[in-house]
Parts: sequence; structure tokens; C-alpha cells
Amino acid sequence: MKYETIIGFEVHVELSTNTKVFCGCSTVFGQPPNTQVCPVCLGLPGSLPVLNRKALDLSLRTAVALNCRINRQCQFERKNYYYPDLPKNYQISQLRQNLGVDGFLDIPIGDGSEQKRIRIHNIHLEEDAGKNVHPENAAADCSLVDLNRTGTPLLEIVSEPDIRGADEAMAYMQALKNLLEYIQVSDCNMHEGRLRFEVNISHRLAGETELPSFRSEIKNLGSMKSAVRCIEYEAKRQTRALDRGETLGRDTRLWDDETGRSQAMRSKESAHDYRYFPEPDLVELDIENDWIERVRAELPELPAAKKARFIERYGLPEYDAGVLTASRPLAEYYEQVVAAHDNPKAASNWIMTELLRELNEREIEARESPVAPEHLGKMIRMIDAKTISGKIAKDVFAEMLAGGGDPERIVQDKGWVQVTDSGQVETWVDEAIRANPGPASDYGQGKDRAMGFLVGQVMRLSQGKANPGLVNELIKKRLRP
Amino acid sequence: MSPEIVSEKHVRHIALLSRLECSDPEIRKFAGDLNAILGYVEKLKEIDTDAIEPTTHALRLTNVFREDVVRPSLTNAQALSNAPEAEAGHFKVPPIIQES
Repeated sequence: MKYETIIGFEVHVELSTNTKVFCGCSTVFGQPPNTQVCPVCLGLPGSLPVLNRKALDLSLRTAVALNCRINRQCQFERKNYYYPDLPKNYQISQLRQNLGVDGFLDIPIGDGSEQKRIRIHNIHLEEDAGKNVHPENAAADCSLVDLNRTGTPLLEIVSEPDIRGADEAMAYMQALKNLLEYIQVSDCNMHEGRLRFEVNISHRLAGETELPSFRSEIKNLGSMKSAVRCIEYEAKRQTRALDRGETLGRDTRLWDDETGRSQAMRSKESAHDYRYFPEPDLVELDIENDWIERVRAELPELPAAKKARFIERYGLPEYDAGVLTASRPLAEYYEQVVAAHDNPKAASNWIMTELLRELNEREIEARESPVAPEHLGKMIRMIDAKTISGKIAKDVFAEMLAGGGDPERIVQDKGWVQVTDSGQVETWVDEAIRANPGPASDYGQGKDRAMGFLVGQVMRLSQGKANPGLVNELIKKRLRP
Repeated sequence: MSPEIVSEKHVRHIALLSRLECSDPEIRKFAGDLNAILGYVEKLKEIDTDAIEPTTHALRLTNVFREDVVRPSLTNAQALSNAPEAEAGHFKVPPIIQES
């Protein structure tokens, strides 16, 4: 039977503040264990939390960027549960009065020319938990706890179940990460766990409109790739069960990236009674309209606006603009290339074909590119000035990727300057015609296709240095005078 | 005798959530005590609160913030000084059921 996959996301993002959400401990990653802790984040008796203004500011910025309605009287609550990485035995979170509600994020679907609106149910601010370390040695019979991360401001972004299938899920995750990077609320470094995903997933028969009564909530998705794999796995698991006529319930499952499977948590582990109640240690909030308006006014250019500007300002096709603005670092890189040499379409072509392939292969961002944007700009200028041919440029680009630096120096060192001297080119053309009488006479008798072969021969003789336009012109002159 | 708001089953559940171990006589005693307390508080329901905003806080203060400035943390030794057990700079706890 034909099923439709229904997905909702809970995305956790650690905000880029210097200090924790309720105390002055640093949030720097990778420090020795339990050296960024104080009585507040350790939950010692008598300590009191005070809200970090910047954390609220960044949360507001996110809520505004995601088109949410702001709850001016939003409220913190205690979510009670016992776990060693939560020293207070409750997490300060939000429930009834979330900071932002009823927002949306538009994501590209299909070939990228269409958009789909994913509704955001709510955005709320909470504190992150610590980290449990399970010793490799199972006989150790203990767990170790590092509380440096405890109390890091954590924003939870909860979508409505508007996402259908793995492709849309990927588009949602990328669009959301992109937005969070654009508005600079988090560096979204997934290796450091700054951005984490949970999915709610269920299936219904194609054509049905009611949400299914069952759903699985899947935790422990460390990357977008894991999330997609997990969705594909769940789609198989759930639809098979439905095909067999099984009744599915609600469960919480853990994804295991190594085996590529999800496992239901025992009901005891997932059955929670959080007993939320308003946090008595924090005073109430009243977020003035002025504050919200200021946040709105200070919002940087968002991806959609940047895309429109790229089309307008640089005359790029919609597709190019979409690719280039899909990440803030890439968009910045592009603008730096164009600033170095004003040929927007050529810059776009080089980035989209040559550079992106390399960046994706190395799994790095544009800001870490081995080719500096001003060098790419300079190289395009050399092509436009006919100092080098497009063919040679590929070799120059490869050199730059390998860390060669300045393209001008590469071309000089390698002796790759394009030959536009017609005397020299003429010698190569004559030689090519002499060595290939068949194709030469073919071309002379009107077979245009033979031209490509002859040009290739000349390029070979010239080691790629002959100006292709000039070669074409001279062959024509010789054989079809 | 107060009306039963809290059953012994409730008390057992609350004890579990609070990680308290209670004997059967204690469960019965606490059920009685809790019912007496809640029965007393029930009186408040007699007041008409329709026109009153719920209060979550005794202080009429709003918007108390701290600036995002790092303050010194405890040293690792200070942080662990109350821990019954520590190892390699970490708090050492009984094994947590492996989550993944």
C-alpha cells in the first residue's frame, strides 16, 4: 500500500552566549571536565538563577526570524526528573507560556524553485544538561559526569508535523541551520553538539487527512545524515508493521548510528511525569514591545531576502542565487569573489561547479576554503583578460586548491600564460593541419564537426596555452578562405 | 476524616518520583496526612477568583537580568569537594543504563 511519511521536528540549538543562561560560567567547548561550574549550575542549595539578557535577546531574534508571535509574559517552569547529568533534578524550561508560538519557516522543495511552508508550533528557552561519560570498560560499573555544559542556553524549536518524507526533512534541517547561522544566534557546530535533532514520525495511507494516532519519537540523532537515515529506516519499519495489520502505539526510540536501527526505550525509561510548575526562583518577564521592535529592526538580511538581492544585484538565475545563499558563509564567499572581480555569473559558475564539489568532498564550509575568494576573483579576471584560457584556468584552480595561493604567481611559475600572438598560434595551426590531412580536408569540404578535432590538436601542441578563439579563427581562415 | 483526594496509589507514585522508599504503614500515614492538608487547602476554593489573574510569584518584580559577562567558576577540586565519589575530574555515579 502507498503510505505518506509524516514528520515533526524538535530541534535543540545551543545559543552563542559567553555565559550560561542562569549563571556567569563560561560556555566554551572542550575545557577540562567540571571546570566551568558554580553553585548555580551545580544546583547547590541556596543558589539562585538570574536570566542572561543576551540569551533572551538571541531567543527573541530567533522567534522573530521564524515569524513567531511573541509571548510578552512568557514564563519559565520546572520540568522535574532525575538523571545524573541534571544536578538540580529539574530543568528550567518553558511549557504553558512559551517565548514564541505560531511561526513558520519556508523551505525549498523539489528542484528548489518551489517553496513549502512548515509551521513552527513553538520556540522555548531552556537550559542544557551535562554530559555522561560511560567508561569503555564495562566492568568499571560506574558512569562519570561532566557538568560543564549544564546550564548552557538551549533553544528548542518545535515544528508542526508538516514535513513529508526524508527529502523535505533534509530541506527543513538545512533551511533552519542556515537561518540560525544567518541571524548569528548559534555557530550550529554539530561536531560540538550545538545543534541536535529529534524527529516525531508516523505514517498514513496516501490521501488520508487525519493525523495517525501512533507516532515514534526518535532521539539521539547527531547529524542531518543520521536523521535522514533514521527517517528512511522508520518508514520501512512502520509501513511494514502497518501492512501486516499491526497496531502501532506511541513510543520513544533511540537511534543507533552504527547499526542503522532504532530501538524502543523501555516504557519505564520513557514514561515521564515531569510535574511542571512555574519556576519560583525567577521573577516574571514582561518583554516590552520596544524590545521586540528593536530585535526586528536589527535582524540581518535573511536567506530569502539575500537570494532576491543576488538575483537583482548580480543578475543571477534563481537557481544560482538559491545555491549561493543556502549558507551564509558561502554567500559571503561569493560576494568577496565578486568584489575582487566583477563578473558575477563566472564567479557563480566556478563556485557552484568546481569549488562546491571540493568543499563537499572535504566536508568543510566556504570560510575554510583552501582557495581565498580574492584569488578566485583574480583568476576569473585573468580569464576575462585572456591571460589564461578556460582550460588552463582549471589547472590553475587545481593548484589553488592544493594551496598554491596567488593565481598570477602560479601561472608565471608554470609558464601557463595564454598565447594570443597570432604568429605563434599560426605555427601550431599549420602543424596540426599538416599532421591531420583527413580532418582538414573534411572541414574544408564543409564538415563542421572536424573543427573540434583540429582545435583539440592545436591545444595539445600548445600545451593548452593557445587562445581558443584565435585558434578557431585561424583554422577557418586557412581551410575556408 | 478528610475526603480522599490522594489515594495510597498516588502516594506510592509520588514516593517513586521523589526517590523515597516508604513502608506500607508510612504510605497509609502519608495518604492520611496529605488528604488532611489538601482538605484544608480545599477551603480556598470557596473564594471567588474568577476576576483575578493567577499569581506565580510573590515578588512584583519583572525583568531581572544579568549581563553576558563571564564570572570565575569554581575550581575542579571545589566542584567535586562534596561528591561522594570522583574520578578523573568527573563526578562518579552508579552506572547509568546505556542509552545508546
